[in-house]
Parts: sequence; C-alpha cells; structure tokens
Amino acid sequence: MEHEILLDDLSLNSRAAVRELDFNGAERRRMLDLGLCEGSVVEPVLKSPLGSPVAYLICGTLIALRRCDSRRIVVTPLAAKGGI
Amino acid sequence: MSHADISPALHNDQPVIALMGNPNVGKSTIFNLLTGLRQHTGNWPGKTVAVASGEFSSDGRSYRIIDLPGTYSLSAASPEEEVALDYLCFERADVTLVVADATALERNLGLVLQTLEVTGRVVLCVNLMDEAKRRGISVDIEVLQSSLAIPVVAVSAARGEGVSELLCALDSAGCDSVNTRPVPYGPVLENALDTLCECLPALCERERRFVALRMLLGEEAFARRFAAERGVETKTEQLASALNHAQKILRVSGAGPERICDVIAKRRAAMAEELSQNAVRTSCSTRGRRNLKIDRVLTSRRLGIPIMLLLLCAVFWLTITGANYPSAVLSTLLFSLGDVMGGALLSLGAPAWLHGLLISGIWRTVAWVIAVMLPPMAIFFPLFTLLEDLGYLPRVAFNLDHAFYRCGACGRQALTMCMGFGCNAAGVIGCRIISSPRERLIAILTNSLVPCNGRFAPPHLWQQPV
Repeated sequence: MEHEILLDDLSLNSRAAVRELDFNGAERRRMLDLGLCEGSVVEPVLKSPLGSPVAYLICGTLIALRRCDSRRIVVTPLAAKGGI
Repeated sequence: MSHADISPALHNDQPVIALMGNPNVGKSTIFNLLTGLRQHTGNWPGKTVAVASGEFSSDGRSYRIIDLPGTYSLSAASPEEEVALDYLCFERADVTLVVADATALERNLGLVLQTLEVTGRVVLCVNLMDEAKRRGISVDIEVLQSSLAIPVVAVSAARGEGVSELLCALDSAGCDSVNTRPVPYGPVLENALDTLCECLPALCERERRFVALRMLLGEEAFARRFAAERGVETKTEQLASALNHAQKILRVSGAGPERICDVIAKRRAAMAEELSQNAVRTSCSTRGRRNLKIDRVLTSRRLGIPIMLLLLCAVFWLTITGANYPSAVLSTLLFSLGDVMGGALLSLGAPAWLHGLLISGIWRTVAWVIAVMLPPMAIFFPLFTLLEDLGYLPRVAFNLDHAFYRCGACGRQALTMCMGFGCNAAGVIGCRIISSPRERLIAILTNSLVPCNGRFAPPHLWQQPV
C-alpha cells in the first residue's frame, strides 16, 4: 500500500511523487503548468525562516510554494536517490 | 558580432515574427538585440497586458517582431496566456520564435510542445547558454533539433552570441508541414481525438488535432473560431455527433474535462522530460553546490532575517552618509547660483513678481530637488541593482512572504517597498511584478507609507532654514 502524505509534511531533501492536487479550474492548471502533474518528482530544498514558503525542486527548477498550497497536494514519498 | 546587418527599418509586407517564452528567459533581451531599440516593455499595474512591437532587417529583408508576454503555458488561465494564445492562433505570425532557458529546459519545453500543437512554423532559441555553462549544464542542440524537427539555435543574448545563427534560422523557418512527433495522449484520449479528427478533413493534421483537443476540453467556441479562421465549417451534423461519441468514450473511462487536463499535462510533461533527458547533461558543478550552501544560509531560520536586515541597513547607511557630502556641495552651489541670478535680475530692474516666479519659485524648487534627491538616488539605485544582479532579491521575497501573506499581501511587496525607499513612483511601477490584482493594489496603495529618498533628506539639511 502506498503511503501518502501532504507535500507540506515532506521533510527537506527527501523526494516524493505527486499523487493528487486539491485544486480546481485555473488554479489547477497553474499547478499543472508548474510541473506538478501526477507522478512528477518533487524535493523540498529550502525552507523560509518563517516556515512558509518552501522552495521545491520540480522538473529541474526551484519553485516556492506557500504552505496553504502545499497542504493541498498529496504525495507519496520515494526512496532516497543514491549518489549526489 | 556586428550590428551592421541589424537595423530598424520600416516597410509594409514584412514577415511577422512572434516572440514567446516563459517569463525571465531573456525574451526582451533578444527583442532589444534584434530591434536595436532600448525598449522597456512596461505597463501600468492593473492595466491589460501590453505587447511590444519592433522592426529589424537582416540580409536585405525586413521583419516585424512582436514580443508577446511571458507565459508558462497556453492554457489561458491568465490574461497573459490568453493574449499569447490568441496571437498564436488568430494573428498567425509567419514565424514563432520560442525562447527557452537552457538552465531550465525541461520546464520550458512544455511551452514549445504546446506551440507546436498550433503551428509548425517555429524556431526554438535556447538562451542563457552562458549561465548554463557556468552551472555545468550542457545542451545538445543537434539532438533537440532532430527530436523536435524544427530549427534550434543556441544563444547567449546577454553577450550577443548566436544572433547570426538565429537570423539564419528565422530566414529558413516558415514551413507549416514540419513533422514534429505529436505528444501521445494515451489510448483513451487518442481514440476520442481520432473520432473527431475524421470529421475535420479540411484542416492539416496538426490543426485537426488542436481543434479536436479544444473541443474535448469543453472549449467549443474557441475551437469553432479557430476552424472558421481557416475557412473550415464546424457546425455540421457529422461533427456534432462525432463530438458526442468522443465524449461518450471519455465518460466511459471516467474522464471529464478536468481529468483530461491532468492527462494532457502529465503526458506533455513526460515528453518534455524525455526530450530534456536526451539533450541535457548536468555535470556536478562546485558552483551549484556552493550556491545552494549560500542559499541555505540566506534563508536559514537563525541567519536569514538578520543577514537581510544587515544588508538593507548597510544600503541605507551608504546612501545617507554617502549622499551627505555631494548634497551639501550641490545645495551650496545651486543656491548661491540662484542668489547670483536673482541679484542680476534685480539689478536689471526686473519686477519683484518675476524674481519671485523665476528665482524663489522655479530655480529654488529645482535646486532643492536636485540637491536633496539626486545624490541619494545616485547611490541607492546602483546598490539596489547590485543586490538584484547578485540574485539576492528573490531571497528577500522568499524570507518575508509569510509575513506579507498574513497581511493579505505578497512577499514580492518587500521588493517594491525597497524600491520605494529610493523613489515611490519607481516602487509603484515595480508593483507589476505582483501577479495577483488584489495583492498588487495593496502594494501600490501602501508604497507611499515608505519614505522615499526625497523624504528622508540628508542630515546636513535637517537644520537648513527653508
């Protein structure tokens, strides 16, 4: 069974695959355009001093998402990548 | 590179080039490079999207080029995307030049693939090659060119490299029957698309697919307009029943319009990833690691905000103390000049009101403004630009976003407020970087709460009698 968590709860420098987006309409399309489609790999890299936003590595680019948005994305953690 | 063969020209019947790309990929740099105009694509915040247009000539031919707004996609979720999509579909430029960022090619390819769904007359310009090289990223242009079946050119617009190759590619592009492999959307959606495509024989394969896709996405009006522009009638019985059938196919497999969007995005992203993996090689660069370490410090919980406050205080301190001496010199100079001119006027027998108007009024005001505002601005803005060139400013927005969010505003407002310390008018214009209209309005209205250089006069003037 796949273990699912909110993107907001993903710890720094661990990787996860996107499963669901709790957005509709234009917001959903915006998220899809940023690369957050089902199956894409995301990795939190930087966290702001105030806790939000968090910069995620998505499709090779660092994108900052606020907690209110990352709490609406469900992901499945992946095993750590070997090497770099 | 010589500018000899790039000069602005004015002719009719010029081929039109549409310039597209993600935001911040150097589109405007390329636009300026080609047109030779130092053009600043600005728009007053809150107004509709502005589109810049220019002309250039190359090899004796003259071209018109339109700089469309930067967009991540053509899904028409924002006014910029609507403008870009509208232009692409209905203005029908002769060549569409898509500019991509070599350091983020995978994400940029999404837009390229979407553009290729509308027109085959595309040239891909991979910009920021110098930046990519610095980060240890190498892009194989040949591989990209053969995968996409369109001309691909590597450019470093900031350095002016690759422009002649770009001009050649623009000259040679212009054939709509380019054989780019379309994005495979999976068996269900492809089945539905085929059903519709059969009823649109008058369009070319690419356009058929595009119209069919839009219809399935629920954008029938748009699809019909697209077809009508190309002289194809879509109000036929045959098409209507094909659409019903296609929608049934999708319903049976549980796919409504929202679900289709997901599938499309996912498949497109997968193809972009595949193209990127074939063409891009990243070597582990020490520069990348060092930058990441620096970023971790700049955004850390303990040091992030203190460093930020320290840097901003340093900028202010340098501005105020640095401006002090030049301000004193300028004010003494200009005021004494004013006295001399006043004396001369009076000795010529000029009436008091003229002296009042010219010297006490016009001259004194101008002198004040120059003495008080010019030196601090001449120091503040270069320092601010230095921070911007170092790439530090996005970290400021990143650090402060939450605080601004709690006030109903956006982290980018921190940047416009910093600009406001230099000049409130510049700060307000800078608010165009905020995308949400409400947050932008808040940033504009509160910008004047920040004292600009003209309002915190240099210390020596605090005791000056007015």
